[in-house]
Amino acid sequence: MTPLLEVDNVSAAYGAVQALTDVSLRVMPGEIVTLIGANGAGKSTLLMTICGAPVPRAGRIRLAGEDITGEKTHLTMRRGVAQSPEGRRIFPRMTVYENLLMGAQALTTGDPGPQLEQVFTLFPRMKERLAQRGGTLSGGEQQMLAIGRALMSKPRLLLLDEPSLGLAPLVVRQIFGAIRQLNESTGLTVLLVEQNANQALRLAHRGYVLVNGRITMEGGGHELLARPEIRDAYLGGGHG
Amino acid sequence: MAYAMQQLINGVSLGMIYGLIAVGYTMVYGIIGMINFAHGDVFMIGAFLSLIAVLLLSMGGLMDGPAGILLVLLFSVAITGVYGWAIERIAYRPLRGSFRLAPLISAIGLSIVLQNFVQVSQGARVKPMETLVQGGIEVMREDGFVVQLAYTQILIIGVTLAVLAIFTVLVTRTPLGRAMRACEQDRKMASLLGIDTDRTISLTFVIGAALAAVAGTMYLLRYGVIDFYIGFLAGVKAFTAAVLGGIGSLPGAVLGGLLIGLIETFWSAYFSVQYKDVAAFSILVLTLVFLPTGLLGRQEVEKV
Repeated sequence: MTPLLEVDNVSAAYGAVQALTDVSLRVMPGEIVTLIGANGAGKSTLLMTICGAPVPRAGRIRLAGEDITGEKTHLTMRRGVAQSPEGRRIFPRMTVYENLLMGAQALTTGDPGPQLEQVFTLFPRMKERLAQRGGTLSGGEQQMLAIGRALMSKPRLLLLDEPSLGLAPLVVRQIFGAIRQLNESTGLTVLLVEQNANQALRLAHRGYVLVNGRITMEGGGHELLARPEIRDAYLGGGHG
Repeated sequence: MAYAMQQLINGVSLGMIYGLIAVGYTMVYGIIGMINFAHGDVFMIGAFLSLIAVLLLSMGGLMDGPAGILLVLLFSVAITGVYGWAIERIAYRPLRGSFRLAPLISAIGLSIVLQNFVQVSQGARVKPMETLVQGGIEVMREDGFVVQLAYTQILIIGVTLAVLAIFTVLVTRTPLGRAMRACEQDRKMASLLGIDTDRTISLTFVIGAALAAVAGTMYLLRYGVIDFYIGFLAGVKAFTAAVLGGIGSLPGAVLGGLLIGLIETFWSAYFSVQYKDVAAFSILVLTLVFLPTGLLGRQEVEKV
């Protein structure tokens, strides 16, 4: 089977700062794959590189076998990739409804109705907040909106950047539950970047560990969870 | 009383023209964060294209009645729109991602280029045009002073309101308007949603230029005299209007335009015509010192 996403020996940099070195990973259709690592390891950079900004200095990126290396961001996204980015990046002066419509904007097939319903089923809170401005939502609601907005484009591949950041445990559970539900019911493929290694590895089928821009470990979610070096580095200090 | 009434009418119609130009400044600032100092000259180009259209249509015997004016307007809007597109493509896009001052310098250079281009191709002399729309409505009469609402003023106010109404619907209700606002609020995120941000920015320049072209046509019809230099003063005043209203705010640009028009007109009527520009620019200085965000500008408070 062709992987949905293939990252082959990719190196990338922001300006003079080398952020990724020789990174390879693959995501099969229907999988949830997580990429864990500390702050500044290059996790967000990898997601942005998949989306075309920055352009990798070396290596190839393929989506369902097609080479998308160096393609402009908006063209890659129109191939069925969606991202809920770091910091959520809700349009603060647009209503929740307009934010969601923006997600469906680049779709060529008109009616966003079915996706809207899907988002409302997943996050009923969004329906209540429809007329509210994005900037006035709580952190958890903004995260739901960011994921909902990404789903509006009917993606094949969903890239999630730290959806648990700064949220209360209850909300995190709700959001991770929604991701699992999406994956199980619609077969949506997910690449999840997380610092919250415990929850991410429990959710994911497979995981990669990124340290200083290099992949140092990979394996099944529960397998990684059981490794002592992971426990020490990412699960220590009694949380999770 | 009658005298003040007349100034009010004059001020509002002048302010509408400033408002139309100011919208172009504020739109471009909103979306790419630069002051397009060539925008006043785009207005001037719009006025010249209107004059050319009037002459062409007159030669063909088509320049009569509202249909003729509509044709002039469409001609000017279409070609000025192409100018707007080309300006962004040639002078600003290559500098995107460069240091902040670079496009600003490019804009000032472009302003000089446009002025000289028109001066060379059309001649430096002032271009008069015979009055196309004459007369008006007598609004009131007091002690022998007649307050008149000229047909050209009705035209300016009517056309401006109509154009702004269309523009408002475009920005608030259409996918293009949503994409423009999205680019204004977070351009990177817009591209992550599959929006072609370069195209959206191009269209913003085209729309801004089209509004300036409408202002140029209205200016020509009302004052009947243009030259290659009118864009400078009108541009700086419209910029003042945009700052007064709060740069980045679309309703603010229209409000600022109206206020500058009124201030300039009343100052000329009650103090001194010679110093009317000083009045307008004092407003710029006062706004920048005491109210830098303008009347309708927003304070930068955002939840992250």
